[in-house]
Amino acid sequence: MPNLAFDTAHLFAGGLVLVSFVLLYQDRLTSLLNIYALHAFVLALAVAWQADIQNAPHLYVTAALALGFKAIIIPVALRRIVERLGIHREIETVVGIGPTMLAGMALVALSMVVMLRVTAAAAPIAREDLAFALAVVLLGLLIMVTRLNAVSQVVGFMSLENGLILAATGAKGMPLVVEISVAFSVLIAFIVIGIFLFRIRERFDTVDLAALDQFRGERR
Amino acid sequence: MSDLVFARVEWVILIPLGAAALLALLPGYRLTARLNVAAAFLTLLAALSLLFTPHPAAGTYLLVDDLNVVFIALNTFVGFTTSVFSASYVGHELETGRLTPTYLRFYHAMYQLLMCAMNVALVANNIGLMWVAIETATLTTILMVGIYRTHEALEAAWKYFILGSVGIALALFGTILVYVAAQPVIGEGLNAMVWTKLVAQAGKFDPALLNVAFIFLLLGYGTKVGLAPLHAWLPDAHAEGPTPISAVLSGLLLNVALYAVLRFKMLMTANAGAVAPGPLMVTMGLVSLIFGAFMLYRRRDIKRLFAYSSIEHMGIITFAFGMGGPLANFAGLLHMTMHSLTKSGIFFAVGHVAQAKGTQRIADIGGLTETHPWLGWSLVAGVVAIAGLPPLGIFMSEFLMVSSTFARAPGLAILLVLGLLIALGALFLRLNGLAFGEPRGQSHPVKASYGPLFAHLALVLAAGLYLPPQLVAWFQHVSQLLG
Repeated sequence: MPNLAFDTAHLFAGGLVLVSFVLLYQDRLTSLLNIYALHAFVLALAVAWQADIQNAPHLYVTAALALGFKAIIIPVALRRIVERLGIHREIETVVGIGPTMLAGMALVALSMVVMLRVTAAAAPIAREDLAFALAVVLLGLLIMVTRLNAVSQVVGFMSLENGLILAATGAKGMPLVVEISVAFSVLIAFIVIGIFLFRIRERFDTVDLAALDQFRGERR
Repeated sequence: MSDLVFARVEWVILIPLGAAALLALLPGYRLTARLNVAAAFLTLLAALSLLFTPHPAAGTYLLVDDLNVVFIALNTFVGFTTSVFSASYVGHELETGRLTPTYLRFYHAMYQLLMCAMNVALVANNIGLMWVAIETATLTTILMVGIYRTHEALEAAWKYFILGSVGIALALFGTILVYVAAQPVIGEGLNAMVWTKLVAQAGKFDPALLNVAFIFLLLGYGTKVGLAPLHAWLPDAHAEGPTPISAVLSGLLLNVALYAVLRFKMLMTANAGAVAPGPLMVTMGLVSLIFGAFMLYRRRDIKRLFAYSSIEHMGIITFAFGMGGPLANFAGLLHMTMHSLTKSGIFFAVGHVAQAKGTQRIADIGGLTETHPWLGWSLVAGVVAIAGLPPLGIFMSEFLMVSSTFARAPGLAILLVLGLLIALGALFLRLNGLAFGEPRGQSHPVKASYGPLFAHLALVLAAGLYLPPQLVAWFQHVSQLLG
């Protein structure tokens, strides 16, 4: 049943966009991290489904990585850091939730218009995946620019990266996907260790980037 | 000659990789600093052997052609001279206690890993491998920028981290789109990511998809080139890291990112239906040039000053490659080479100046030509060179660029000249305070290594006076390749 394969892939990819929207309006760090774990879980489902319908067993590695590393280890580690720093209550945002959601909708519409138009020649399953993936990437960027807090910026970056993995697995037969997902996991591990080190060294009193931004080198 | 064991492209990757592993294990300043220099020298020899032997056939992962050989030779040469400078620089940092022996070991290992990653990015024939290499290079430089662990250094590293990660994420999306465009023509699997195969078949790709892909690649790798308005990480990273890293960042890593953009530009020009990449690059280049030039006026930190000058010069080079055509490409290649040599030379001088003065604040540095004549006058020579005055090499390339642009688009040439003049004014304004007048600030004796500095300045002067015909023919050939 080719339609079932297509519809399920569509469902998971669309689900990822939906969870990105949920990330967009979270105003507490702990719930943001929970939703991020859900985001990674949906990604793992989407990638595993792609591995099944493409007959590409190596993609199961990427799916397992998404499930074990991104959906469990990273959220747990970040939650511990957040608790230790005592910043689990509120997130400072630059713009209100209303305008952010409107901007998010505009970005999703933009990615649909752009990607569906330019990929007319590609296979329909890859088209939809790419369009959804671009939406997740743009929403991740939006999360990064509307948050002042370092941890939530990292969550934004990680959701952006989930969009990239979705795009890479959706492009049928793309080589090096596993290697790229491992490379990204290393990058994320570095970021998380970085946050942790900042805390250990106690160089920063806060992980609120607005407070770090006093330094420009010019005003000393 | 091609069966020489030494003349294999793998060596430029394996030597630094092995050295990185070794340096991570060995203690002691004297030994590791020398080993670092020796490894960089061996890599340089391996790269030079590539110049003089016929290129091996392109593989699935690695490629040597006339274009990247220029980049590899420049990369390994500056890598070698910087390692010589770094040996004396870190010696001083150890004495003053800014670096501990453990961090020094880490620093040397990261230096070689960075050289390895940059060389992989340059010889990669696979756009996925190229992306992974550039990501690794970014990671190692982030770690080195934060190595002093001061508040400022950590903040600079964090900013570089976030912006660099977003940049490489966008570049990956572009890379995936190129694969999606290639897949219907070339077929699934590894072949659809091999650059030589991509460029041979690019005419049959879907132009609309390539257009979108190029936008992502230009923005992504453009962040790493430091093009305005994506440059925000660059001044901080240059100012807060160890000075050898500033030299390698400005002189090499920006070039490697630009090389990636050039490869994809060649892919775009091979497709008749795709939008011309030139105007985009010209616009970003001019914006960076003029923005960088104006920003030079308000700098109070000496390393930031030259970081903004790097933004300005990367703008000029991107502009030249965006204009395209044999003459502009030639000027772009020459300017890239001259800028790498001059800017890393300036950073060698600045590193020792900052050590001699105990500060990077421009207000606390003055009268260098009196207190430290050798350092002071070489800084003057470097700034004269980077400002583009005759008879030095940068004057040659800028002159070529301006004259070729005047023939094709006089309006753009006026903007180009305007940017160059604004930058020249700012540089001389600052240089006057730094090098001449009453000596200001404290003054420590410093054991500087002048070898790398003079070697770079001599090469820039020699290139301004006389370019060997072989080099000219080589660059002309590469310019034609770039289209």
